[in-house]
Amino acid sequence: MAATPEPGTGRPGRRMAGELEAEVLAALWAAGRPLAPAEVHAELGAGVAYTTVTTILHRLHRKGLADRRRYSRGYAYGPAADEATHTAEAMHAVLRRGHDRAAVLARFLSDLSPADEQVLQDLLRQAEER
Amino acid sequence: MRFVVYVPFAAALMVTLLAAVASRRLPPRIATWWLTLSGIAAATASLAALALLAFTAVGQAAPVAAEGHWSVPALQARDPVITPVALASLMILLAAAAALLITAWRRLGALAEARRLCRSVRPDRGLVIVDEPGLHAFAVPGAAGRVVVSSGMLRSLDGAERRALLAHERSHLRHRHHLFLTALRLAAAVNPLLYPVFRAAVFTIERWADEDAAEAVQDRPLVARTLGKAALASLRHPAAALPLAAQHVPRRMQALLAAPPPRRTAVILALGAVLLLITGLSLLEAAHDTERLFEAAMHSYQAMHRQ
Repeated sequence: MAATPEPGTGRPGRRMAGELEAEVLAALWAAGRPLAPAEVHAELGAGVAYTTVTTILHRLHRKGLADRRRYSRGYAYGPAADEATHTAEAMHAVLRRGHDRAAVLARFLSDLSPADEQVLQDLLRQAEER
Repeated sequence: MRFVVYVPFAAALMVTLLAAVASRRLPPRIATWWLTLSGIAAATASLAALALLAFTAVGQAAPVAAEGHWSVPALQARDPVITPVALASLMILLAAAAALLITAWRRLGALAEARRLCRSVRPDRGLVIVDEPGLHAFAVPGAAGRVVVSSGMLRSLDGAERRALLAHERSHLRHRHHLFLTALRLAAAVNPLLYPVFRAAVFTIERWADEDAAEAVQDRPLVARTLGKAALASLRHPAAALPLAAQHVPRRMQALLAAPPPRRTAVILALGAVLLLITGLSLLEAAHDTERLFEAAMHSYQAMHRQ
């Protein structure tokens, strides 16, 4: 057991191709309407080249994960129902079954009670002030 | 033998008491390792101590004694463990073994199911999105683990926050956090005293992934904000009750808003090492005493049969 922790990712700030693709896909799903590449680029924030975004969008379209339609002089992209969605639902169903099955999955949010709401709001305000 | 054989149980209790301190004071990655290693060591040591205690009773059974060529009266005369204690240890040992097998079987089944589900997704899909308004995000472990997020979750966050969320889930997969939890669940099955250690690790593993996410986005308050926004939104979309109930989100946010965790905390690590050393030495001593006890009983047996 080393006393000094390794850096979490080893490459803070930089993103791998697969990670960027996931972020672009997440942005398409979050938008709720088709996005132009420039809008996706804006969502990703600094450190990503515009051409990288267009390449990823093109790849997502080729994989059948993004729909695209003509939009002004280029394309606008929206999320396509993924054939993996079915699997995702199966995974989600696993969550609702027994304790051991659910415990295998690491969840972002653990159980919350309405009593936490005030605490959460206070903490959120603190986080936004930083 | 009279006392040392009980040291492993005391050590398991100490590990349980220290678990809360370790999960608060140590950096999450080190805390998780500390909890896991001491949990496994404590569970193994309690099994060994139970086995030693139980064996003094088992050894007095006539067929076992005949097989081992030792004298039962000699054993009874010198046995430092009273029979009720030895018999109770035997029962607890059998119960612990049964609990271990059942838990391991269920866990393996659950892991196999997760792996099967991951394999059913094409290999180029690291992120799987389920289109529903509820707020879900979880990591499914496997040879090629997957991150599953609901569209409702994605819609409740902005671009930077989504990045933090994905980094958090990827951290679970990259560091194989499910293996730590499986090990500690098994340890708690063997020795229920260790259940709080398992619960503490559930928290430190989430903190570990939070700190990894903070490093990926280079912004700790951003990760706290992501957690807070997602948690508040999920209160408005009450999902099915999730079993591993833990009120961790506020504590995780507080930790992210406070100063970064200290790089090392020698005292707790040293305490763990001392506990391990004492437990190991006590077990050795107890095993040695048991050996001497049975050797003496074998000598009386030989003496009796020579007459």
